[in-house]
Amino acid sequence: MRIELAVNGIECVGDVEGRTLLSGFLRDGLGLTGTHVGCDTSQCGACVVHVDGVAVKSCTMFALEADGCSVETIEGQAAADGTLNAIQQAFQDHHGLQCGFCTPGMVMSAAALLKENPEPTEAEVRAYLEGNLCRCTGYHNIVRAILAASGQDVSAIAAE
Amino acid sequence: MPKDSGIGASSKRREDVRFLSGTGNYTDDINRPGQAYVHFLRSDVAHGRLGAVDTTAAAAMPGVVRIFTGADFEGVGSIPCGWQVTDRFGEPMQEPTHPVLAQGKVRHVGDPIAAVVAETYEQARDAAEAIEVEIEELPAVVDMKAALADGATKVHEDLTSNLCYDWGFIEDNRDSVDAAIKGAAHVTVLDLVNQRMVANPMEPRVAVGDYDRGTGDHTLYTTSQNPHVIRLLMGAFVLGIPEHKLRVVAPDVGGGFGTKIFHYAEEAFCTFAAKAVNRPVKWTSSRSEAFMSDAHGRDHVTRIELALDADNNFVAIRTDTLANMGAYLSTFAPSVPSYLHGTLMAGNYKTPNIYVNVRAVFTNTVPVDAYRGAGRPEATFQLERVIDKAARELGVDPIALRRQNFVTEFPYATPVAVEYDTGDYNATMDKLEQIADLAGFPERRKASEAKGKLRGLGVNCYIEACGLAPSNLAGQLGARAGLYESATVRVNATGGLVVMTGSHSHGQGHETAFPQVVAEMIGIPEDMIEIVHGDTAKVPMGMGTYGSRSLAVGGSAIVRATEKIINKAKKIAAHLLEAAEADIELKEGAFSVAGTDKSVAWGDVTLAAYVPHNYPLDDIEPGLEETAFYDPANFTYPAGAYGCEVEVDPETGKVTIERFSAADDFGNIVNPMIVSGQVHGGIGQGIGQALLEHCVYDEDGQLLSASYMDYAMPRADDVPFYAVDHSCATPCTHNPLGVKGCGEAGAIGSPPAVVNAVIDALQSGGKDVTHIDMPLSPARVWAALNG
Repeated sequence: MRIELAVNGIECVGDVEGRTLLSGFLRDGLGLTGTHVGCDTSQCGACVVHVDGVAVKSCTMFALEADGCSVETIEGQAAADGTLNAIQQAFQDHHGLQCGFCTPGMVMSAAALLKENPEPTEAEVRAYLEGNLCRCTGYHNIVRAILAASGQDVSAIAAE
Repeated sequence: MPKDSGIGASSKRREDVRFLSGTGNYTDDINRPGQAYVHFLRSDVAHGRLGAVDTTAAAAMPGVVRIFTGADFEGVGSIPCGWQVTDRFGEPMQEPTHPVLAQGKVRHVGDPIAAVVAETYEQARDAAEAIEVEIEELPAVVDMKAALADGATKVHEDLTSNLCYDWGFIEDNRDSVDAAIKGAAHVTVLDLVNQRMVANPMEPRVAVGDYDRGTGDHTLYTTSQNPHVIRLLMGAFVLGIPEHKLRVVAPDVGGGFGTKIFHYAEEAFCTFAAKAVNRPVKWTSSRSEAFMSDAHGRDHVTRIELALDADNNFVAIRTDTLANMGAYLSTFAPSVPSYLHGTLMAGNYKTPNIYVNVRAVFTNTVPVDAYRGAGRPEATFQLERVIDKAARELGVDPIALRRQNFVTEFPYATPVAVEYDTGDYNATMDKLEQIADLAGFPERRKASEAKGKLRGLGVNCYIEACGLAPSNLAGQLGARAGLYESATVRVNATGGLVVMTGSHSHGQGHETAFPQVVAEMIGIPEDMIEIVHGDTAKVPMGMGTYGSRSLAVGGSAIVRATEKIINKAKKIAAHLLEAAEADIELKEGAFSVAGTDKSVAWGDVTLAAYVPHNYPLDDIEPGLEETAFYDPANFTYPAGAYGCEVEVDPETGKVTIERFSAADDFGNIVNPMIVSGQVHGGIGQGIGQALLEHCVYDEDGQLLSASYMDYAMPRADDVPFYAVDHSCATPCTHNPLGVKGCGEAGAIGSPPAVVNAVIDALQSGGKDVTHIDMPLSPARVWAALNG
């Protein structure tokens, strides 16, 4: 079945099965392999993208359901010249990633959080990340990075 | 002033740019032209005799290329085990065969029976459902004690029993330890379970097999921590492919924690099938498959006895452990409960008599192997728990009891066969008392009690052995591999360097940290140095990344190779400067003649090496490329003190981690930011083990925790910010960087701190609870409070 959607501002056309997940379409159909799949029960959050501005686990949605939508993925977050956006840069500055596998989902969830709550508390960040698993960082530096990306001073939180 | 580059600088990670922009290259991102997809039909029973496997209907399904069963692997080798343990009677362990696809029997839920290769993944999966399998179900062996009982069903009928080995360490000390315990003033006994865990790197395993008929070359792309080990094991023992015709590539690896060390059947299958169907064959594990096919971790049942004299000095330790091997022997499984566990039983303490007995047991469960810490967390947990219990029984302060028994003089030869080269356990305990503000605990407890909560403090120490390992020693202990590491440093004509290392990052930031070392040695910017790893076609034979060995062993190989580069470059510089080689100094990227202002830049020397017009061709060859293999003289011994404060809700049994502090001695530090991150991650996993995670089988061998619906992974709101410190540094005495390794410490040191804290909280509430087995779920804590 034919779908048309905008991905990172680019109009795309795809031919998908009814059962094709949006995550699979992005990865295999469009070659946008930055969106990762870490589970099959919609719990790890590595596949979070934005659909019409809302954070969605792209493995919980059929590609067909994205027909006519505007989708943003991790590949569309940096500037055209490759300059990282504020959240991405904060993740690098504060060592908010190690293996990098959960990172695309973390960045996309963080962007959604800061859109609805521009200056979250630590507890609000932790609660919001309930649907994003990371096995490497113990979450310490992810939470710091998101607080820093929101413009808050994190220097009092032990870094090293 | 913190440095801004080189050793000791918190250089930002260069690999982050691609990971943050979605341009990393993980194995599942690799697609080969014309590739087919494989789906494995896996056993849904724990133990059964395999009858007919009828693939007729499935083979006729759309898109099916070929279906493989165990019969297709007659004559193909067994998945090998890389470590042979000798039991306490001098006999080799029992070692079963492990076919790529099940032959004759299935032995755990998830054991692969057939493999469907099809045009698409969905078609492979659809066709697998149409395969008809006859299985005569047999009684499942799940509980380890039952597995060892007389008349127990055997997992492997060709073995004499379900006992893999009965190991005593050190066997000659068995009687003297018994005597020491008999004569002791006090003996504390603790029975505990170190529960089965699943490593759960966020990236599931993937394998892509590729074969070129024109050249006869095989390539395997795989999610591995050690591609050369896979090449050797799979090539030599399973498929009979010589190493020069087999390339193994592990690109960006999305976490491992041990579970991506091992050689798995799916890797051998994809490599084999690619040749058989003459197309690339790709397998991507689902998370549910990962739970039933990735090697699991821990799963020990232990009794530990700690004997003390009348002055509370430790006089003896005796342990008796059952260790689950699962249905087959995974690559390094036999070494984990034996040499990676027994050798650490002395901990940070001078106990003169120690005896460790471990019986390794086959059961109808997924194989168990190394998981972050591998044997050392199990040793640390039982030791630090029994010390806390002893302190309570004796009415003494648990920190004071530890300090009284610390090893304080180095080198220290333990009664369990290792020699600690250096350390200062009082220093890390002092540091912990400071960063954890232990003095403020009574006030914080009062505040918790005012809210109706119980508050507890748990403190413990740990020591571990990293930097695996002196090859000759490992060989004596049964390793079937060397444990050196390799590095090639290639200097280009214009001065940039490529460092090819046998270590392989799966999140540790090698691409950033290793250049810091080389930049420091030569005095050039870090961005002149590039790291190449994870590809057997590019990198000299190396042993990979596990056991916190990459900097201590791999980094040392890089130092040795760089030293050779510098020595040769000095000869070239001496020629260019018309000076004696002995007078040449290298500083900040320039060679100068001592005591003069004559100098030549790094780039001039590297150019001369490749454009040798004015060059000492009679003395040295052109070019500037050197290789070193570094085999360590000893293990390294990171150590530290950890502290945890918990609140327990007496109404629900829910435990909340309020504070967690870690004071570690990792020796010298190359990148403090990365080191802290490693400790954070280890603590997160340790808290996960202590409070949340548990891989559970029912009595029929059904895996009950086979997804994130049932296996509780730690989430952001399960953990606090951690206070970590690694300023107490006693540099390793035997490697050139003085480093010890930091990758596993957090996971080793944290579980006992959490459990000690919860027991302390319950005791403060007047409940005489001495132990609760992990995970300390609300149900278990509530039951202990109300029992």
